[in-house]
Amino acid sequence: MCGNKIKLKEADYNKIKEICEKFGNNPGELINVLHQTQGHFGYLPIEVQEAVAANLGIPVNRVYGVVSFYSFFTMKPKGKYAISLCLGTACYVKGAEKILDALKNELKIEVGEVTADGKFSIDVLRCVGACGLAPVMTIGDKTYGHMTPEKVKQVLAEY
Amino acid sequence: MANIKLTIDNKVVEVPQGTTILKAARQMGIEIPTLCNFELEGLALKNHPGGCRVCMVEVAGRRNLAPACVTECMPDMVVKTNSLRAINARRTVLELMLSDHPNDCLQCAKSGKCELQTLAARMGIREIPYKGEQSSYKIQVSPSIVRDMSKCIMCRRCESVCYEYQSVGAIGAVDRGFPAVVSTAFDRNLLDTSCVFCGQCVAVCPVGALTENDHTGRLIKDLNNPDKVTVVQVAPAVRVALGEEFGMEPGSIVTGKLAAALKALGFDYVFDTDWGADATIMEEGHELLDRLTKYLAGDKNVKIPLMTSCCPAWVNFYEKHYPHLSGYPSSAKSPQQMFGALAKTYFADKINTKREDMICVSVMPCIAKKYEVERDEFKTNGNPDVDYSISTRELARLIKLCNIDFDALEPVDFDSPLGESTGAAVIFGATGGVMEAAVRTAYAVLTDGKLPKIDFQEIRGLEGIREATVHVKDGLDLRLAIVYGLANARKMLEMIDKGECPYHAIEVMACPGGCIDGAGQPYHHGDASIVRARWEATYKADRDMPIRMSHENPSIQTTYKEFLGAPLSEKAHHLLHTHYFDKKTKIESVK
Amino acid sequence: MHILVCGGTGCSASGSREVIAQLNKELEAHNLTDFARVVVTGCFGFCERGPIVKIIPDNTFYTKVKPEDAKEIVEEHIIKGRKVQRLLYVAPDTNKSVSDSKHMEFYKKQVRIALRNCGFIDPENIDESIARDGYAALGKCLFEMTPQQVIEEIKKSGLRGRGGGGFPTGLKWEIASKSRVGEKKYVVCNADEGDPGAFMDRSLLEGDPHSILEAMAICGYCIGSDHGLIYIRAEYPLAIHRLQVAIKQAEEVGLLGQDILGSGFNFTIELRYGAGAFVCGEETALIHSMEGHRGEPTFKPPFPAQSGYLKQPTNVNNVETFANIPVIINKGADWFASIGSEKSKGTKVFALAGKINNVGLIEVPMGITLREIIYEIGGGIKGGKKFKAVQTGGPSGGCLTEKHLDTPVDYDTLIAAGSMMGSGGMIVMDEDDCMVSIAKFYLGFTVEESCGKCTPCRVGNKRLLEILTKITEGKGTMQDLDDLRNLATVIKDTALCGLGQTSPNPVLSTMSNFWDEYVEHVTEKKCRAGQCKALKQYIIDPALCKGCTACARACPVSAISGTVKNPHVIDQSKCIKCGTCYEKCKFGAISIK
Repeated sequence: MCGNKIKLKEADYNKIKEICEKFGNNPGELINVLHQTQGHFGYLPIEVQEAVAANLGIPVNRVYGVVSFYSFFTMKPKGKYAISLCLGTACYVKGAEKILDALKNELKIEVGEVTADGKFSIDVLRCVGACGLAPVMTIGDKTYGHMTPEKVKQVLAEY
Repeated sequence: MANIKLTIDNKVVEVPQGTTILKAARQMGIEIPTLCNFELEGLALKNHPGGCRVCMVEVAGRRNLAPACVTECMPDMVVKTNSLRAINARRTVLELMLSDHPNDCLQCAKSGKCELQTLAARMGIREIPYKGEQSSYKIQVSPSIVRDMSKCIMCRRCESVCYEYQSVGAIGAVDRGFPAVVSTAFDRNLLDTSCVFCGQCVAVCPVGALTENDHTGRLIKDLNNPDKVTVVQVAPAVRVALGEEFGMEPGSIVTGKLAAALKALGFDYVFDTDWGADATIMEEGHELLDRLTKYLAGDKNVKIPLMTSCCPAWVNFYEKHYPHLSGYPSSAKSPQQMFGALAKTYFADKINTKREDMICVSVMPCIAKKYEVERDEFKTNGNPDVDYSISTRELARLIKLCNIDFDALEPVDFDSPLGESTGAAVIFGATGGVMEAAVRTAYAVLTDGKLPKIDFQEIRGLEGIREATVHVKDGLDLRLAIVYGLANARKMLEMIDKGECPYHAIEVMACPGGCIDGAGQPYHHGDASIVRARWEATYKADRDMPIRMSHENPSIQTTYKEFLGAPLSEKAHHLLHTHYFDKKTKIESVK
Repeated sequence: MHILVCGGTGCSASGSREVIAQLNKELEAHNLTDFARVVVTGCFGFCERGPIVKIIPDNTFYTKVKPEDAKEIVEEHIIKGRKVQRLLYVAPDTNKSVSDSKHMEFYKKQVRIALRNCGFIDPENIDESIARDGYAALGKCLFEMTPQQVIEEIKKSGLRGRGGGGFPTGLKWEIASKSRVGEKKYVVCNADEGDPGAFMDRSLLEGDPHSILEAMAICGYCIGSDHGLIYIRAEYPLAIHRLQVAIKQAEEVGLLGQDILGSGFNFTIELRYGAGAFVCGEETALIHSMEGHRGEPTFKPPFPAQSGYLKQPTNVNNVETFANIPVIINKGADWFASIGSEKSKGTKVFALAGKINNVGLIEVPMGITLREIIYEIGGGIKGGKKFKAVQTGGPSGGCLTEKHLDTPVDYDTLIAAGSMMGSGGMIVMDEDDCMVSIAKFYLGFTVEESCGKCTPCRVGNKRLLEILTKITEGKGTMQDLDDLRNLATVIKDTALCGLGQTSPNPVLSTMSNFWDEYVEHVTEKKCRAGQCKALKQYIIDPALCKGCTACARACPVSAISGTVKNPHVIDQSKCIKCGTCYEKCKFGAISIK
């Protein structure tokens, strides 16, 4: 079983109910509902998916089928500072893989994982549309361009 | 619709507009291989995702190959099903599929019945050039169904059945790309999902990814244990299907050989679930009369319509999906469980055997029955009324294993007393049968037996939702509905929920055409004519019976006289009726 | 005066937000807020030199502006009218600074139709859009033309879908307009830009959202629809924000909503968010996704025009296609058709990136040659390296080489050359790029993005990737190359949707254009670009080695042997190619082969 087990509080259930109601409890709005739910909880643990399914009146299998299909949805919490490394073509030809190796080395985690202290997580994504600055990585809202393996340490030190 | 002409493999063919290349070719005797494509014509099961790509053919003027299963014929189309390009493509696609398949055919439960294996043999696959990572999943066992997703080829038949046909949604595609597979939410055991164990996913799975939980090994041990008294019961639909496993024509009625085979296997008592079915009619029929009388007298609290409760998948469905409506289904147990309850009390007393020393086995066309026997409410001091249930297919395997020449067996009768039955019980195997059996008895009671009517043609048929009105007497027309497929049952429940249901009674069966196409029956591989043949055989078997109304079964009459008293008596209630649970909240709170 | 500052994603990432804040501060400090105004615009295209600041009316084009430059720009240029020379673009060929973008090589050959407003207007101000003919085409359609006349005009213009397929847009609209007349229909804008090297749709939406809204309304008028949906990547927060603002503004002034401009025509637009699935660029998958399902494509027919969103007739076009519509209506089909090549009319926006001097967003007339794009607009290969290949069409496209440089770029010639137009990613590669690795990179993408529905794409692409990986690890055989080709051909022939059918293109095109490199990897276990780590060999030159033992001490697997003051040797069977020795050697004695 993937994902973490958590206990939802009453307020959490109400929040999910509120989001679903905002979309008229319409199963056709499942993806919008999941976007907002993930926006609220930071990720989509099992209990949240179950609550969404119950509110929309659809099988939880369908919710999980959708969550596991789209790369934007995650069942694992991210680090306080979520690092996203662009692996688009422009970044790739300019050595993004080396940046990734440096990040993994520095943080001792793999892609999709969170450091033990919960501070950083690494994800890869395809093209942030800043090809002029390749290779690019983002931490939260901040974009770092023209990355080099050496710069990784410096950037991480900012946090 | 207008006809169009096209050329397939150099021959001209004329087909109605909208026909697929696959069907047009089939009409000419050209069998294009398929895997994901599936349709039980006229019986509501279908799956046409166009995803497996083993039916690719060459269409002149087209850039790429066309999937024959979903590509419609066009006027003057020129199709090549056997060009080098098409054959190479189909073979490569199959090799790819096999490159992500365990290929452990020798140990596979589906060996010999596997559509992928058949296809590989037909295409003469001798090696798989593409090697690489293989999908690997843990084998998951539930009371009815064993899931080995390492064998899944993503044909999605099971998903279509689970979502479209049954409206259950327990299994569906998860993940994407290479790891994509049909699974439960969070890879949970089916027990912790909305699954109702109808097993139709098993019935349609082309490979060994979904199979029944096999109890043949356990049965052989029990049959060879001298300390145990073994009692077997056989469901109505088994006798019209088992012959297929031994090369007989679909629709062969093998009741006598079946009884003989069970004796040859070494059962001490070979009985018939039909006897339990007659008991069911006594109880359920009287419950209907009771509710109806109150309803007609203006009682607002009585639950009308009465819904049948013989089908264990259907019982699971309302417990898991509509627990608030579980007052509508009859409280009567299913024939299997009535039989078990009486076998381990009434009959056990007769032969001076303790229930713990008796092994009661059922042979069922169904695999939801495997779940049903394990229900706690059907146990006394932990000892189940029915110890376990095997499917028609398992029985066939056992007969073969024990070197019994089925064809050569001399037909014999079931043992007495739990082997005597009526035509009303036989038709339990087909959709509408339970209703007709109940109506035969109810009609006789309501008309004081003055105007016997046996054949209620208006109740029979193979459509998924049927309505019938039976005129009983002036001022009393019984309004009935008969449905199969739980998506259809859902429609009925929705109607009841809204207070818009016009019927007095509704029969529900989960499987297409009723138990004759239960998930434990021999595989039909999408051939609807097999199911129709079983259906026709069921009514023939009814006609051939000397007694055709349940309340006229002498053995049943004796049982009431000696043991139960009257239908709906306190004892009958205790042994032959059950209660339902809210399992919806339970699933939703699985953490 | 207007100070235009690029607020696109590229320049924002380079710090344009800070520049904007600083400029505003300076204007305030000098009490110039009535005289000069900072306008945050969409992408100028020249992302390489961002953040870009442009002064209007004199068209001065400042590059790589930093917040600390704001003071000088205001005090020198705005107050005194003197250009800040050090911030001007310096042409690499002449070494002279160029102040007006019109004279820059990067812009000279560009023709901006779709991008006409990007970098000129404040995308969050509808008035600026209207001042540049925004919604004029919609008005013209509603009051002067019948839907059929509009469709005829689009057909005559020769506009083809810019999302990759190149289907004639006018024809698509006509089919949708004739489908199930009178029933509810939908207009869908596909803004799920998924090509990992393309960002034109994003720039368009960020820089000129109103053109897209206008075009969707025109489409609605033509096909008989009153509702539009924009399916946009959730990873594009700025574009989403600008669209939300634009929709609100257009509704407020009556250019969207009920009874538009009093014409009786109603049209509303809502946003739907993608969630990271490349396959949703395929229109049937996109529709399933909008309906809240897994984005799996289905067999066509039925086409969306017959049965699309919620089973109703639906017309799907991509962002750039829509961006061309208002101009065609305003300037006429003949004008549009006069631009471009015989079968591909108008212009195409490309995201030019990779090993090229001028990375950025460009719009060029169809029929321009790759040489013009790479050497004139793109300013040639970075660092004076040798050009090797240019990849177009993203994961669906192929690599073109030296011999294709003079091929005119349009839909048909690119396909003939073994690639495709795609959505417009154009990645330039130099001699340091290994073509087997590039094919592997794209396959890695496809494998991750495959929906898993059909066997050839789900299993076939995985196997292609595995074979490619084997080759880059030096374990490939000639049989693997045969298998690779057969498998790629079959996948193309049998996959269910456009993603699968085109996914082998990067393999097939590199195999046909760089066959030698594949063979070298297999037979000589050599990667000429030095990119395949497993094929690298670190070698100590005995003539240069001083025997200092630094390398031997640093080697994590003790693969280096030798005695002090004597040349050392690397045991290739033990070496894990980590490169530590290479970094440790102070005498340059270690080389990579």
